[in-house]
Amino acid sequence: MMHKLSITELSKGLKNKDFSSVELTKHYLDRIAVSELNSYITVTDELALSQAKDADLKIAKGKGTILTGIPYAHKDIFCTKGVKTSAGSKMLDSFISPYDATITEKFNNENMVMLGKTNMDEFAMGSSNENSYYGPVKNPWDQKRVPGGSSGGSAAAVAARIAPFATGTDTGGSIRQPASLCGITGIKPTYGRISRYGMIAYASSLDQAGPLTQTAEDAAIVLNSMSGFDDKDSTSATKETPDYTKNLGNSIKGLKIGLPREFFSEGLESDVEKVIMQSISEFEAMGAEVHEVSLPNSAYAIPTYYIVAPCECSSNLSRFDGVRYGYRCDDPKDLNDLYLRSRSEGFGDEVKRRIMIGTYALSAGYYDAYYLKAQKVRHLISEDFKKAFKSVDVIMGPVSPTTAFEIGTVKDSVSMYLADIYTLSANLAGLPGMSIPAGFSNNLPVGLQLIGNHWSEETLLNVAHQFQLQTNWHSQLPVEP
Amino acid sequence: MSLDNKQVKEIAYLAKLSVDDSQLEQSTEELNNILNLMEELGEIETGDIEPMAHPLHMSQRLREDEVSEGDLSKEFQKIAPKTGKSHFLVPTVIE
Repeated sequence: MMHKLSITELSKGLKNKDFSSVELTKHYLDRIAVSELNSYITVTDELALSQAKDADLKIAKGKGTILTGIPYAHKDIFCTKGVKTSAGSKMLDSFISPYDATITEKFNNENMVMLGKTNMDEFAMGSSNENSYYGPVKNPWDQKRVPGGSSGGSAAAVAARIAPFATGTDTGGSIRQPASLCGITGIKPTYGRISRYGMIAYASSLDQAGPLTQTAEDAAIVLNSMSGFDDKDSTSATKETPDYTKNLGNSIKGLKIGLPREFFSEGLESDVEKVIMQSISEFEAMGAEVHEVSLPNSAYAIPTYYIVAPCECSSNLSRFDGVRYGYRCDDPKDLNDLYLRSRSEGFGDEVKRRIMIGTYALSAGYYDAYYLKAQKVRHLISEDFKKAFKSVDVIMGPVSPTTAFEIGTVKDSVSMYLADIYTLSANLAGLPGMSIPAGFSNNLPVGLQLIGNHWSEETLLNVAHQFQLQTNWHSQLPVEP
Repeated sequence: MSLDNKQVKEIAYLAKLSVDDSQLEQSTEELNNILNLMEELGEIETGDIEPMAHPLHMSQRLREDEVSEGDLSKEFQKIAPKTGKSHFLVPTVIE
């Protein structure tokens, strides 16, 4: 039953010698071996066991941190030295990273145990994990359904407790939306809080890493480890990192919650809305005040994001040319053929679509109409939040307009994009956002979104933790097959 | 604005991607659907609003141009599809 324990509980167990890290790791590897969710692309069993051994030695000496010996699942977008790092793409199917991402290095320094690399939408482009070269991931609450994306493998693994926690990245909702659809906790911190070094780039002004966990307390513990300035990332923030666990116990009496009326518009499933409003009432009962706020430009987050992100991706993904690493086509007849076929055969459809949109929007004659326009609207969206945060401490609303949908049922890109409506604006404005389990609709989890002002992760985690002390949605588990 | 098949081929070429003729019609339609969604931005007046390139309005941090890591060329060559002595190999460009 070790897999039902949170990080805090596991850490205590390790310290008290209730079990060793090797035993714990074996337990998870056994669970992974029988799982049918397709949530891992690579299981690193040998590495995990040797890391667990090292951790046990450290713990025996009375050394280590709260995370020493704790297993985790790493999204396959983070470079891991000597281990395949695919980003869910055929392009990188044979890529063995020659170096570690800063996050990987930080985790290694704490003697944590990497169980494997998790499945994801190719290059983090997608909201359902259906765009993976390695096939879709199944939602543990209903295996016919998607887990959300792009960190779908990470979310499914934590929800099914085949990892105590996992890493993710969030460019337009890729931590929060799968956390919501799988009934777990996920936080995307402020842009610049966690190093992007060694995190394969999709859209560099939006990409931000974060943890997917069972509880807000666990998220705070992992965020402590992941955060901080990194010289190797030129957009890394120099701002000091607080101890995110310190204020978890604070009372939220008098907390001002803002409900943006635009987040409760048409398209939001009524059962999802009901769950969200019930959790808001719960906060009121805990002494919080609820205010209506307006984010008038939030509907434009979709076109803005789907210009900015593809533009950045078309530039970032130009590095995949079949020359220095990654996939190369067979028998190229000349250099141009090498580029064209390596890229066309190596990338999946959605990635190609976004590269094309980005290339077009950045091309001569269209730059002003698309990219520049989108950057201006991005500014307006950011200003909306600035105004709202003058009167409230935290903004709340749904993460996704629906619960998890069935695999294969959303066929066109535009319909898929529209479902990102509530998550995109936090990325555009660089704000921290969180999803916490808030209830169920037809036996499928519904997540409540918390958005805070820049650098207010402590507030979000405190608010989420207080909610989890009053509710038990976060401790409900899917039925195991 | 709406793209035709010829433009889609041109964009693909710029992006160093190829679009199969059998898929061209469908690709054009998909891209046009996405571009239609973008047109919504035309509704907003954005005259003298400052474009936002960085979510925290920060400027690029610079560092001294110093060697921070040693020569890793062997490590990097190991993962390349085709290499020569100290270089990456591509099909002949100049005869």
